[in-house]
Amino acid sequence: MKERLESLKSEALAQLKDVSDPQTLNDLRVKYLGKKGALTEILRGMGALSAEERPIIGQVANEVRSAIEQIIDEKQQFFLQQETEKRLQAEKVDVTLPGRPLRQGGVHPLNKVIGEIEEIFLGMGYRVAEGPEVEMDYYNFEALNLPKNHPARDMQDSFYITEELLMRTHTSPVQVRTMEAMKGEVPVKVICPGKVYRRDDDDATHSFQFNQIEGLVIGKNIRMSDLKGTLQQFVQEMFGPKTQIRLRPSFFPFTEPSAEVDVTCVQCGGDGCRMCKHTGWLEILGCGMVQPKVLEMGGYDPQEYSGFAFGMGVERIAILKYGIDDIRHFYSNDMRFLKQFARL
Amino acid sequence: MKVSTQWLADYISLDNVKAEELAEQITRAGIEIDVIENRNKGVSNVVVGYVKSKEKHPDADKLNVCIVDAGQGEDLQIVCGAKNVDAGQKVPVALVGAVMPGGLEIKKAKLRGVASHGMICSAKELGLNEKLLPKEQQEGILVLPEDTQIGTPIEEVLGLDDQVLEFDLTPNRSDCLSMIGAAYEVSAILRRDVNLPNPEKDLVEITNFAKNHISVNIVDTDYCSHYAARYITGVKIAPSPLWMQNRLMAAGVRPINNIVDITNYVMLEYGQPLHAFDADRLANGHIEVRLAKEGETLVTLDGQERKLTPQMLVITDGVKPVALAGVMGGANSEVSENTVNILLESAKFDGGTVRRTSRQLGLRSEASLRFEKEVDPQSVIPALNRAAALIAKLAGGAVHQGIVESVNEQAKDRVIELSMDKLNAYLGTNLTTLEVKSIFARLHFKCAETTDRVIEVRVPTRRGDITQDVDLIEEIARLYGYDNIPTTAIEGPTTPGAYTKSQFLRREIRTLLTHGGWQEVISYSFTHPKQTETFTSLADGSRPVKLAMPMSEDRSVLRTSIIPQLIEIALYNINRKQEDLALFEIGSVFATDEEVLTKQPQEVPVLSLLLTGNRTEKQWNVTAEKVDFFDLKGALESVFQYLGLSNQITYEANAPAGYHPGRSASIYLHTAAGKQFIGTIGQLHPQLQQEYSINDTYVAELKLAPIYDHTDKHIVYRELPRFPAVERDIAVVVARDVEAGALMDTIREAAGEWLESVKVFDVYTGSKLGEDKKSIAIALVYRHKERTFTDEEITALHDKVVASLEQTFNAELRK
Repeated sequence: MKERLESLKSEALAQLKDVSDPQTLNDLRVKYLGKKGALTEILRGMGALSAEERPIIGQVANEVRSAIEQIIDEKQQFFLQQETEKRLQAEKVDVTLPGRPLRQGGVHPLNKVIGEIEEIFLGMGYRVAEGPEVEMDYYNFEALNLPKNHPARDMQDSFYITEELLMRTHTSPVQVRTMEAMKGEVPVKVICPGKVYRRDDDDATHSFQFNQIEGLVIGKNIRMSDLKGTLQQFVQEMFGPKTQIRLRPSFFPFTEPSAEVDVTCVQCGGDGCRMCKHTGWLEILGCGMVQPKVLEMGGYDPQEYSGFAFGMGVERIAILKYGIDDIRHFYSNDMRFLKQFARL
Repeated sequence: MKVSTQWLADYISLDNVKAEELAEQITRAGIEIDVIENRNKGVSNVVVGYVKSKEKHPDADKLNVCIVDAGQGEDLQIVCGAKNVDAGQKVPVALVGAVMPGGLEIKKAKLRGVASHGMICSAKELGLNEKLLPKEQQEGILVLPEDTQIGTPIEEVLGLDDQVLEFDLTPNRSDCLSMIGAAYEVSAILRRDVNLPNPEKDLVEITNFAKNHISVNIVDTDYCSHYAARYITGVKIAPSPLWMQNRLMAAGVRPINNIVDITNYVMLEYGQPLHAFDADRLANGHIEVRLAKEGETLVTLDGQERKLTPQMLVITDGVKPVALAGVMGGANSEVSENTVNILLESAKFDGGTVRRTSRQLGLRSEASLRFEKEVDPQSVIPALNRAAALIAKLAGGAVHQGIVESVNEQAKDRVIELSMDKLNAYLGTNLTTLEVKSIFARLHFKCAETTDRVIEVRVPTRRGDITQDVDLIEEIARLYGYDNIPTTAIEGPTTPGAYTKSQFLRREIRTLLTHGGWQEVISYSFTHPKQTETFTSLADGSRPVKLAMPMSEDRSVLRTSIIPQLIEIALYNINRKQEDLALFEIGSVFATDEEVLTKQPQEVPVLSLLLTGNRTEKQWNVTAEKVDFFDLKGALESVFQYLGLSNQITYEANAPAGYHPGRSASIYLHTAAGKQFIGTIGQLHPQLQQEYSINDTYVAELKLAPIYDHTDKHIVYRELPRFPAVERDIAVVVARDVEAGALMDTIREAAGEWLESVKVFDVYTGSKLGEDKKSIAIALVYRHKERTFTDEEITALHDKVVASLEQTFNAELRK
């Protein structure tokens, strides 16, 4: 009987070794180990054995069974793995095909620039103040030391609605409104972004509607040197740490002394190029110490307080920052233009 | 102001200073100079020649053969086509080898067989500005004065070796609307002395008294503080000398005749406009300064008849207006070729009055430009004397003795105290009294030190812009150099920087939308009146706000809604093949109820959106699908969701103007104060879409203020559920016009507090149901907070819901 078991083992192992598909494997498992299989068949003859032989043959039979089971298990594992691999192979995708896009929107480049400037000044402790676009002559001009018939009113020909109402020509009226709202409290530290309107024929560098950002600081002992320091800090954050400023004396009715501010050319870094007309400098803002008459009209005693103010054109900054060739692009809203800014 | 450096050098030495350097220094001190004009446009080798003879060209009617002595040793034969060329003239001759402006080189030539060695030039050929040429030089060759030296380079004769600095003056620096003012400025910058004309010394008067011939009376004294006149007889009208013409042209003024040129020259020199009347055309040699009377008219020098109003100041001769004070003279007293006797005016008119008059008439002149900005009262007399002396010298006039004048106000220098401590505190500097005084000395401001640290500064009247101590501080700062002011940080308490709630929320909404695929645009606030007629404005008011003087009809009123602008932007892009658009703008719309505004109009910030084209772009794994109403509504819902307002927003079917009546809704915000209308959503009316030729387009516009007001950033945590939920679906058939919203409301009410959520998951219409029916499938989730629901409880609750639908909507349960 032992011999029969041994030969069954070698027969089974030989057959199993060459099995190449799960179906045959299963058939062989039934053939050898099934309820009606060969092994069971042999073991039926156990009853005829002596009590001494029985455990010995039993042990042999178990060894034969586990040897066959083991090889069946191994084969099964192998087939399973083979099958998985095949399935994975079949599931392969072309990773170079484009993904399903998320629809991309974007902030308008002007608001992008305004946002950046706001963040810089917020970081410097400023608040943001806003005011109406249809403004009273008083706030737009008179309270800024531009009485009726003042020659400087020519500098910014305006869109009037009535004699007393107009489209604001600058964001400076927000300064006055802020002073009124602060009721003499200090420190005042605000920036005022917004749309402004001037009678200009539209061309590559002029637009009758544009955006400005003004800044106003009022406190005790505010100095012109503080203004320089503030602007220096701002332009370095806006245009890079190497940026320098240069102040040129100028005139605004609401500041005294007044200055125009140039920055080192963002394109050439000051070496001179077409953008800066080979001067190395670009004019970007106007500023000055708040005119005492303006402080007084705003409810601040110029003997006790001083302040500075500055203002810049947002379009101008955007044009310089991105190298845009025509201001009208901002208002034609061509998607091919806007999409270029729909990113970080 | 165009400042000729040649002329400027009369008053201040410009030795060893290049025009470019000077321009840079002037710019850095506050007057911008962008343009330096070279008067020589490229002329060389052109000299003065004498036409000895002129003969007709043998073979050409229009040509002349001239023999010219140009100081070259031998005479030149030159063929000239100009009609006015003649023997005995001094003319500019371009020698062989000469280069003309524009690059033309003069060569030996044969003209119709006759040799020509050079060219006789016109003023234009020499590069002179045509617009500035005196009448007699506009055609033909330029004929030079008889006493011009033969062989002199023409650059010298015409003053072409001159560089003209264009002073771009800010409104406060009208003192530099004069050569002398410019000289003072340059003097302060270069630290060199000024050397002014001395008209009192130069002027020789005859013994006959002016007051016997002319008289002056200021009637309306508020508008004229000083009027001075001189009487000059026997003048001979002729062209002014070339040197004067050259300077006038350099300054951009066209020479006319000696008298007019002298008044212009002195105006440019002193900044004081002058006017010469033909004295014989004034009744009784009388001058009266008064406001015009209603109905009066005056024909001004430019030949236009001007209607005068009582706000305008006029000069009259006691009978009729003869000039618009400070703006322009009248034709009826104009200096002409036949003028012999003149009354010369020098006055100080009120700037505001001149400005108003000039504005009202749309008439601006070099004179009004200066008066508007207030002329120096101390120039009235010197300028008058200077002009009189020049007229005597250059036009042969006899200046009668004495000035006839009326003075209402004596001009005085202004004295301003400047505290050194304030100056340094204001600028952040450490200047000493000595340094400051030396800067004032450069400006020719006299100083006296009163007490320890206070300087008393005497500001000459020519600097009318300096009225306060801060003006003096600016003078110090600009001449000390803005670059030399230190850079410091603000001292004092620090302040937190922060957005206001509405600013913060505006940014959040913008960010949310852009991240959701929406592109922000910015459109113009001005629009065509038609564009305000379609949509109802969210600004309170029935009328658009009109600009008083629009630049065009297209931009004549303020927008009442942004939607028309968004449609325009969409069309612009669709025409450029950008057809799938999701646009939004955050901006203000305007409206009023007043016909004539007495107060600011309603200015309402809104959010407008426009959606058209496909939701997604077609690609290998995405099919292109058209957008619909619910894409836009979904965007709004996500905004409200993000702001925590979802439960307070309802949509009610509506048919607002401009919208598709079956696909539009009003949007309401529900708050403790009740329900308020905040905006509209829907498809554009198909008829409107057709007018615009645009495909299906969906728009929405919302008022932002109520949204800002009722948004609460505060988040309240809710405990996570501890007991299982029970989900049940219902499908009911109802009449087609039953709104899902109403079904949901009924369900919520019937189910009570344990209904956790309710959601429509299918809507079906079809012939099987019948034309007027629809089926709605709704998923309900029930959950008890404190325990697990039993089956019986759920069934009871759910039956109640079903019953309420059956009862309210006659709904039929689908099994």
